[in-house]
Amino acid sequence: MSAPLLSVSGLVKRFGGFTAVERVDLEVAHGERLGLIGPNGSGKSTLVNCLSGTLRSDAGTIVFDGQDIGGEPPHRRVRRGLARSFQIPKPFASMSVLDNLRIPLQYAARLHEKLPLDHIVDEAMHVLEQVGLEDKARAMSGGLTQVDMRKLELARAVAAKPQLLISDEAMAGLSASETDDILALLLGLQQQGVAVIMIEHVMRAVMKFSDRIAVLVAGRKIADGAPKDVVNNIEVVTAYLGE
Amino acid sequence: MRNRVFAPITLAVAIAVIAAGHFVANDYFLSAAYTVLQFVVLATAWNILGGYTGYVNFGSAAFFAVGAYTTVFLHKWLHAPLIAMIVAGTLVAGLLGLAVGYLTLRMRGVFFAIATLALAVVLNTFVVNWDYVGGARGAYIILPREVPFGLPRYIHLLYAAMALMVAFALIVARAIQTSVIGRGLAAIRDDEVAAECSGVPTLRLKLFSAAVSGALMGMAGTTLPLYLSYVEPSAAFNLSYAVNSIAMPLIGGMTSWLGPLIGAVLLGTVQQVVQVTVSSAWNLLIVGVLLVVFVTVAPNGIIGWVEALRRRAR
Amino acid sequence: MEISTALVLNAIVAGLLLGGFYAAVSVGISISFGMLDVVNIAHPAFIILGSYVAYTVHERFGIDPIAVSLVASPLYFLLGMAIYRIYYLCFERRGQESLRGLAFFFGILFITEVTLLLIFGVDYRLVETSYSSTTLRLGVVDFPLRLVVPFAVSMAMVVGLQLFLARTFFGRAVLAVAQDQLALRLMAIDPVRIKEYAFALSIATAGVAGAFLIVIQPVQPAIGREYIGLVFAVCVLGGLGSIWGTLLGALILGLAESFTSTFFGPSWAPAVSFGTLLLALAFKPSGLLGR
Repeated sequence: MSAPLLSVSGLVKRFGGFTAVERVDLEVAHGERLGLIGPNGSGKSTLVNCLSGTLRSDAGTIVFDGQDIGGEPPHRRVRRGLARSFQIPKPFASMSVLDNLRIPLQYAARLHEKLPLDHIVDEAMHVLEQVGLEDKARAMSGGLTQVDMRKLELARAVAAKPQLLISDEAMAGLSASETDDILALLLGLQQQGVAVIMIEHVMRAVMKFSDRIAVLVAGRKIADGAPKDVVNNIEVVTAYLGE
Repeated sequence: MRNRVFAPITLAVAIAVIAAGHFVANDYFLSAAYTVLQFVVLATAWNILGGYTGYVNFGSAAFFAVGAYTTVFLHKWLHAPLIAMIVAGTLVAGLLGLAVGYLTLRMRGVFFAIATLALAVVLNTFVVNWDYVGGARGAYIILPREVPFGLPRYIHLLYAAMALMVAFALIVARAIQTSVIGRGLAAIRDDEVAAECSGVPTLRLKLFSAAVSGALMGMAGTTLPLYLSYVEPSAAFNLSYAVNSIAMPLIGGMTSWLGPLIGAVLLGTVQQVVQVTVSSAWNLLIVGVLLVVFVTVAPNGIIGWVEALRRRAR
Repeated sequence: MEISTALVLNAIVAGLLLGGFYAAVSVGISISFGMLDVVNIAHPAFIILGSYVAYTVHERFGIDPIAVSLVASPLYFLLGMAIYRIYYLCFERRGQESLRGLAFFFGILFITEVTLLLIFGVDYRLVETSYSSTTLRLGVVDFPLRLVVPFAVSMAMVVGLQLFLARTFFGRAVLAVAQDQLALRLMAIDPVRIKEYAFALSIATAGVAGAFLIVIQPVQPAIGREYIGLVFAVCVLGGLGSIWGTLLGALILGLAESFTSTFFGPSWAPAVSFGTLLLALAFKPSGLLGR
C-alpha cells in the first residue's frame, strides 16, 4: 500500500482558551475524494487554514508528499501541490478573470511543472474552460456573480496544478444546477488524479462525490469511513439533528 | 510597448528636457523644474510600495533625508564626486527600506504605516543629535567653483541629474509594473492571503518592494544639500515630502507608473505657483484638502477617472 | 553627573504623572483602533485642536482650560460622529483596503495641523492656570501642580471610561461590536450606530486631553505628529483594546521618557516613544495585556 499523500496526526489549534481543533488525525491517499462535514463552528475552516498554512497549528504534524510541511508558509505548500479555495471568494479584484489565474500559474504551477512563460495564457484559458468561465476571461473579477466567483476561486486553486485541492464550502447557497456545475468540476479534477477534500453542507453533493467521509464536531473527528456507514452512525446523526 | 523600447525613449525625453533647460535664462524656472522633477521621483518611488503593493509609507521624509544626509556625510568625509554620493545615498536608503520592511512587513499593513511614521521621527531625532552632519544647526555644503561638463551654473547640473533620475525611476517603475514581480505585488495589494495561497512569496516580494521604494526615495534626496547649499533637519525631514509623496500618486492614479508622473507634474506645478503667490502654509493646506477629496471621491485618481469616462463612451 | 536619590525619585514621579496624562491621550486610540479597528492616525490632531480651543477660551474669558474642555466635550463628540459617518460611507462600507482609510486620516491630520498653523502661527502657546506655578513638596520630591491636576483628571477619565465600558449596556455593546457584529444585529442593535458613538467617544477623549496637554507643556500645531508615535506606542505596548493595558503602557512610557530626559537630555525624548513603538511592533505586537 503506497504512502498517503496527506497525513495529519494530532493536530491542535487553540485561540486563547478556546480549542478549535483537537487532536485531529486525517489521511488522504493520492487521487482520493474525501468529504469533510460537520456542524457550523466545528473547526473545519480552522483545519483547512492549518493545512494550507494560513494558521500555525499549536501541536501535531502535517506530512504532505513525504515532507513535514508544518513550519512552511502557505506559498511553499502551494508549490508542493497543496491548494485550497476560500469559503468567501477572495478574487484579485483589480485584475481580469484571466489575470487572476496567471498568478497561481506563474507562481505555483510553473515552478513544479516547468511551464514555459508563453503558454501561460493558453493554460489559463484551458482552466477557464474547465470551469465554464472562458467567455468571461477579460471581465473584471470584482464584478462577477456569486456563482462565477466561486468558480473563479476553484479555477485559481486548480491553476496551481495541485496534487491535493481543498474546496471550502464552494457550494454554499447555490441553486441545484449551480451545485451540479461545481460538482462536475470537482469530479473532473479527480479524473486527472488530483485528490480532493470537499468541505460541504450540501449532503447530496457530499454523498455523490466522496470515496470517504470524515466528520468533525466541536474540533474532534468523530467518524471517518465509507459514506453509507458514516451517515448511519448514530453520533453523526445526533450531532447534526440534535437529540 | 516593451520595456526595451520604453527605456531609450524615456532617456531621450530626459535629454530633451535637459537641453530645453539651456534656453531658460531665469534660474528660478530651473529651480522650480528641479523641484517638480524631484517630486516625480519621490511620487514614483512611493507608489512602488504604496500603489503597487498596497502598503502605505508615511515616512517618505525619512528615506529622502537619508539620501540627503548621506551626501552631507560623504561630502564632509571624502569630498566625494556627485555620482558617488547619488549612488551611496540610494544604496543606504535601500538598505533602510529593507531593514524597516524586515521588522514590520510581517504584520498588517496598518502597523507598517505606523512604523514608518515612527521611523521618520526617530531618524529626525538621531540626526538632530549628530554633530558631524551639523545636528540641529545644519550643515553647509560648499559647491565646487568649476561646474563639471562645462555647464554654465551648478543648478544646470542638478537639474540635469534630477531629469536623469526621473528617467531612471520611471524605467524601474514601469519594468516592475509589467513584470511577473509586478503581478505578484498587485496580487498582494488585492488580497495578501489569497496571493500567499496562490504561491506568491509575499514576504520576499514586499521586502523587494520596500527596498526599491526606499532606495529611489533616497535617490531623490541625494542632491538636496547641493541644491540648497545648506541642510538642516527640518528641511530634509519636511512634512511636505510625506504628504506630497502620498497625494501625488493618489491624485494621478496609483496602479500605473504614469499616475505619479501626472500627479507630481500637476500638483508640483500648482504648488510652485501657490508658493510664490500666496504662502507655503496655504500650499500645504491645498495639498491636504486635495488628498482628502480625492481619496474619498476619486480614489483611482485621474487615470481612473479617465478610464471610467472611456468605458462609458464605449 | 551625580545620580542622587532625589534626582531618581523626581524622575520617577514626573514619569508617573506624565504617564497618567499619556493614558488619557491614548485611551481614545485604544477604543478606535483597538476595538473598532479604525486606524485613526488623525487622533493627535483632535488633541491639538482641543488644546487650542481651551487656550482660546481661556485667553478670552479666563476660564480654566480643563473646565472648558469638559464643557466642550459634547462638541468633540459630535465632530467624531461626523468624521465616522464620512469614513464609514467612503471606506468601510465599500470594503476598501485600509490604505485609503489611512490616507484619509492622514489628510485630516494634515489639514488640521496646517489650518491651526494658519490661524495661530508657529509660536508656542501655553496656558497659565491659577495652579500652574504651584509646586507641592514632599521631602526631596517635587509635585508640580501643573502635572498633578491633569494627572488626576486623566486618571479619573481613564478609570471612568473603563468602568463605563465594562458595566454599562452601551459599553459592553462596544466591546461586543469588536468581536461579533452579527450577534449584535440579531439583538436588534445597529452595530454601525455603536461604532459611531464609540468613535465619537474616542474623539471626545482626545479633545478633552488636549486641555491637559496645554497646561502641562507649550503647544504648537506640529507637535501632533510627535504624539502619533506616543499614542500608538502606548496602545501597542499595553495591548490593543485593553484600557488597563493602555494605562500600563502609558505609565511605562512616561517613566522611560522621564528617565531619558533626565539622564540623556530632552532632545532624545521623542525617540523614546517611537523607538519603543518600533521595538514593540517588531517583537511583541500583541502587547503586554493584549487580546
